[in-house]
Amino acid sequence: MGVGPDQQVPENGSNGLASEGVPPLRRIVVDHEVAPIRVADGYGVAGDNGQVAEETFLLPEDQAPSHWFEERMRTESLSVAFGSKTAVNEVSLPVNSGQVLALIGPSGCGKTTLLRSLNKLVDLTPTAVRSGRILIDNQDIDLFDDTQLRRRVGMLFQQPNPFPMNIFDNIAYGLRERGSKRPRKKELEPLVVDALERAGLWDEVSDNLDHPALSLSGGQQQRLCIARSLAVLPEVLLLDEPCSALDPISTAIIEETVVGLKDEMAIVIVTHNLQQAERVADQVAFMYLGDLVEYGAAEQVFNAPMAERTKDYVRGDFG
Amino acid sequence: MSSVTTKRRKAAVRQSRRNAGPSKKIKAKGIWSIGDRIGVVAAWVAGLLLCTIAASITLFMGWKGIQYVTWDVISSSPEASLEQSKVGGFLDPIIGTLLLTLLGGLIATPVGVSVALWLTEYGRPSPLARFVEAGVEVIAGTPSIVLAIFGLLIYQQGVMSPFSFTADGGEVFGRSFFAAGAAMSLIALPFVVGGTREGLNSIPKHIREASYALGKDKASTIRRVLLPSARRGIATGSTLGIARIAGDTAIVVVLLGASLQIAPEGNIPGIDVLRGTGSTLTSYVFQNSPAGEGNAPEKAYAAAFVLLMIVIVLNLVVSRLTKKGQHVWG
Repeated sequence: MGVGPDQQVPENGSNGLASEGVPPLRRIVVDHEVAPIRVADGYGVAGDNGQVAEETFLLPEDQAPSHWFEERMRTESLSVAFGSKTAVNEVSLPVNSGQVLALIGPSGCGKTTLLRSLNKLVDLTPTAVRSGRILIDNQDIDLFDDTQLRRRVGMLFQQPNPFPMNIFDNIAYGLRERGSKRPRKKELEPLVVDALERAGLWDEVSDNLDHPALSLSGGQQQRLCIARSLAVLPEVLLLDEPCSALDPISTAIIEETVVGLKDEMAIVIVTHNLQQAERVADQVAFMYLGDLVEYGAAEQVFNAPMAERTKDYVRGDFG
Repeated sequence: MSSVTTKRRKAAVRQSRRNAGPSKKIKAKGIWSIGDRIGVVAAWVAGLLLCTIAASITLFMGWKGIQYVTWDVISSSPEASLEQSKVGGFLDPIIGTLLLTLLGGLIATPVGVSVALWLTEYGRPSPLARFVEAGVEVIAGTPSIVLAIFGLLIYQQGVMSPFSFTADGGEVFGRSFFAAGAAMSLIALPFVVGGTREGLNSIPKHIREASYALGKDKASTIRRVLLPSARRGIATGSTLGIARIAGDTAIVVVLLGASLQIAPEGNIPGIDVLRGTGSTLTSYVFQNSPAGEGNAPEKAYAAAFVLLMIVIVLNLVVSRLTKKGQHVWG
């Protein structure tokens, strides 16, 4: 399954805003009409995702499983090194829509590096070298511009990091195109409202969209950052320990939001907090020293881990 | 009953203080050596001395200045005369100072911000970046009289005649507001670069990454996120630089011609003033003080007072800007 020229045109939705005013919703159904997703031959990563996504989709609605999923991204023998230090070593992993994938493991095991290579953010580090392949909808991510790819693969950071502008502009920031044609505020408004609603922040900020974003509380700021990512309608959302700087209540709200979003997109979350991984994740990948040690359904990894190291880690023996 | 418990509590507190207090003192006495004690005294003396000097300058200039500053001297042009009562005021030098700070600031701010942006956000190839950094430091360390002489060298070239006042024969004098403003911008430049870099460096890395992660390129990240975030740093640097321009004398004397009145050159309105010569408060003070050729110390005191006020106001603006602080994330 290589990448053919006849496959889905990446520009679909990625900059549709300029042409039509409203970007087409890049949800799964739309994409299926454009390019059916097939699972690569000889693709053998542990897990229960062997079934073909197409079939899942063709099921009548009343028979559809409650937790459908479909592969959006995949790493194939991905290795990332900083200088001579290998951070991620030959990791092959699928990222599915409809599921939350949690990357767990002790500090320095490469989970954040793996996450950051999915949207090529790791390429910003001058010493970083990447090998192997990363595919999004069966196309190599290196075929896309960084900017194009990052619109499809959004990211949330450890620290809430709203930009020093008002709430509206923060959300609209990703929607504003470069060049002469800047969409007017009125055109952007429904998209901004939609993003805030999906991030569960609309009720709290609807009256003060012109307030500076940095005046919000930490948890609200983080949800604002979620809304900011959602505004550009990503297909994959990467979360890099999104709750480590937040209080328990904000954490619970964020987790709820994340779980609510998984039906629309693929979600990858890096977390140090095993309870959090248990609460939100459908699939869990345990990494250790750059290697992918175990990958599987959350219940299996937590309750009946196969590898010895995983057992030790989820029991709390190290890490 | 309750008063008893309060008493007891108070007694307990007293007791604990008694226990803690003396032991600390003994410890402190044991640690401080003779050298340290001399150092502390020296630090106090130096600090108090500085405060005294600063206070006496301000008080002396204020006392002298308020005596002689009248609406008349502020609003009238200087006249050539040997008598102090007939030399007029210093309206032209005030305008000259404002014009020169404006001109210098207008040149230094965009250049300085660009240099700082390039150094912090690009900085590649790194030997070139180090070279630029060193260049800025050299400019910062160069005495302004050297910058002035260098400016004269450049502005006396024939091609520079549109920017300078010229003799009838076509000789270019290299003295004008343009020439002085360009040289002055070099004085302000290191401050603008420093302030902007500080502002940019205080923006956490993940802010930049957040912008990239939304599919933005470097240009829009810089324009829409980094520059607005570094606004305070830029403003602080520019104001510091402008205050230095207002206080410089050497460049004015060499490059502005030091004619007391603003003497326009040519006949294009607006440009003629910039091509012509003039004076600033600093050169006015110099020339009217007993050290200069004029002999109008009262006017010199008044002008120095006005200059001091301008610089103090600028410094207040700076501390206001820095106090408001940078944006804090997380």
